[in-house]
Amino acid sequence: MSILVDKETRVICQGFTGRQGTFHSEQAIAYGTRLVGGVTPGKGGQTHLGLPVFDTVKQAVAATGADASMIYVPAPFCKDAVLEAIDAGLRLVVCITEGIPTLDMLEAKYVADEAGVRLIGPNCPGVITPGECKIGIMPGDVHRPGRIGIISRSGTLTYEAVKQTTDLGLGQSTCIGIGGDPIPGTSFVDCLRLFEADPGTDAILMVGEIGGTAEEEAAEYIQTAVNKPVVAYIAGVTAPKGKRMGHAGAIIAGGKGTAEEKYAALEAAGVTTTRSPAEMGVTLQRVLPGH
Amino acid sequence: MNLHEYQAKALFADYGIPVPGHRVIRALDQLPSALEALGGQRWVVKAQAHAGGRGKAGGVKLTEGREATRDAVAALLGSRLVTYQTGPQGKPVNEVLLERPCDIDRELYLGMVVDRARRRVVVMASTEGGVEIEQVAASRPDKILQAVIHPLVGLQPYQCRDLAFGLGLRGEQIKQFTRILTALARLFHDKDLSLVEINPLVVTAQGDLLCIDAKINADDNALYRHEEIRALRDLRQEDPREVEASEWDLNYIALDGNIGCMVNGAGLAMATMDLIKLVGGSPANFLDVGGTATRERVAEAFKLILADHKVKGVLVNIFGGIVRCDIIADGIVGAVKEVEIQVPVVVRLEGTHAAQGREILARSGLEITAAADLTEAARTIVSLVNAS
Repeated sequence: MSILVDKETRVICQGFTGRQGTFHSEQAIAYGTRLVGGVTPGKGGQTHLGLPVFDTVKQAVAATGADASMIYVPAPFCKDAVLEAIDAGLRLVVCITEGIPTLDMLEAKYVADEAGVRLIGPNCPGVITPGECKIGIMPGDVHRPGRIGIISRSGTLTYEAVKQTTDLGLGQSTCIGIGGDPIPGTSFVDCLRLFEADPGTDAILMVGEIGGTAEEEAAEYIQTAVNKPVVAYIAGVTAPKGKRMGHAGAIIAGGKGTAEEKYAALEAAGVTTTRSPAEMGVTLQRVLPGH
Repeated sequence: MNLHEYQAKALFADYGIPVPGHRVIRALDQLPSALEALGGQRWVVKAQAHAGGRGKAGGVKLTEGREATRDAVAALLGSRLVTYQTGPQGKPVNEVLLERPCDIDRELYLGMVVDRARRRVVVMASTEGGVEIEQVAASRPDKILQAVIHPLVGLQPYQCRDLAFGLGLRGEQIKQFTRILTALARLFHDKDLSLVEINPLVVTAQGDLLCIDAKINADDNALYRHEEIRALRDLRQEDPREVEASEWDLNYIALDGNIGCMVNGAGLAMATMDLIKLVGGSPANFLDVGGTATRERVAEAFKLILADHKVKGVLVNIFGGIVRCDIIADGIVGAVKEVEIQVPVVVRLEGTHAAQGREILARSGLEITAAADLTEAARTIVSLVNAS
């Protein structure tokens, strides 16, 4: 079992014939993702990577029965791409692109919520169910099928967490990069709810970072609604105030959003935390039943 | 991106939001004509620098008479203003804003910000103007009134009235407040802002509303569609190393320690800094070298890190995902040779072809310690730096 994606998920790529879209579509196909086609306006009717190209998402959905999209179009066009995917009736939209204006996301997120569409990202590595479906830019080979759910605001730090669990022989049910932007389509709480309900997930690893209050909201939710063990690591204990640490959302603003506040909230909610990014895996192993 | 007060007030004026009569002074010889144009005998002199706490730091002065005003402007122009936000090095003052003072009856607060938790733009207003709003939020949260802007229909007049009544405004002031807030919401949306603060928004002795201060942050991600906002960027207010890094598309932030860090990915970069601290060292910087750690980028990153003379060693932490580690290792070796690095370098490579990558580093004949384990890498660089 898993959440969000599995071997039945039929995926299209928006921005299919571009450099990023092409590269990561090749990787997804090689991983075994059921990629069924792609969209590049004006290139409809062509074949790319052995798959059909469509002018619009609606055409792609009609012809392929796709239910999920991965978006690699440049940032200025992402709001439009997300709205098109929602309008075409996809149930899952994963937006990888970095650098999307915040007010664009505010509107796209509102429309996604109204339509009941699950939007993941932007500015994220994507989502993967090991051995079944990879939608995103993560290296497939560090993952392995298993029973740990991973949720992270980061990219390479997520791969680090994944690798640590894989090296311990644990493996993952599904890994979700929710992204480093101030307005993510999917939150920690959304993912916690899905993992809690997933019979294929035994424990959850949360990788947070400074900025905003998403980890505090997660702590509150865990206290009331999550029975599975949760382990958390928060990056940015040494980050200075008022500086944006790479991710648009990673900033301690007005004295709020520090790693210490997040650790305190999570620990108060009964979450097992680690202060070392090298010990995410072993900390998780210790909370598993039977260890 | 931060704007100066004078730039924010110019945008306010464009949108019909009332600001005091003002002139921007860049050189002393501009002062006589500015004083002439503004008239009167008393003026407010305000240092323009990207920092909060200017008033307490002596950056804002009420002056009387031309000579005293000239002295105040002369003292600020070309100086560095040190406030609680700037650190000891301060921020350069290259412009001074000269304004007509006004008689103040009440000081209010008005702000607009992207509220991450609610995923909405939220208006905040308070009768407790003139003090830091974070303090009000902490001590008297009941004193902060809020209105949530609907993402599709925008701010509505009833929301403005609601706030105006809550602030104790009366009659004509309610209309003025509604006009100001409506224009502010339009400005926020038109220019892709992330924060606006008017602190204080005053009620003058004559009973009119006036924006005495103005603070604007614009969304960096949206600058591509606002050339007019991008043009307002003042690089002199930023750390020169951070500016140089941004020219190479590298994310660099200087810290106080002595271990330079080069990492791919922002989250992993923060985690690496934290780990250095955890094992007893002190990070000199945050640096995200990006997903494609090519030789050229790695070389530029090394130059940036080593331009900080406090740096006594460098930890490189690369999680090679789709980019193979052997290719990254070649890039690191080339960059270390090119930059002629004199301090110890520890490299931790993980991911695809990591073993081959470590072998390339080991065979390079350079002073590079290849580490397989993250904790071991951090401990190694800390002990090498402490021994030097």
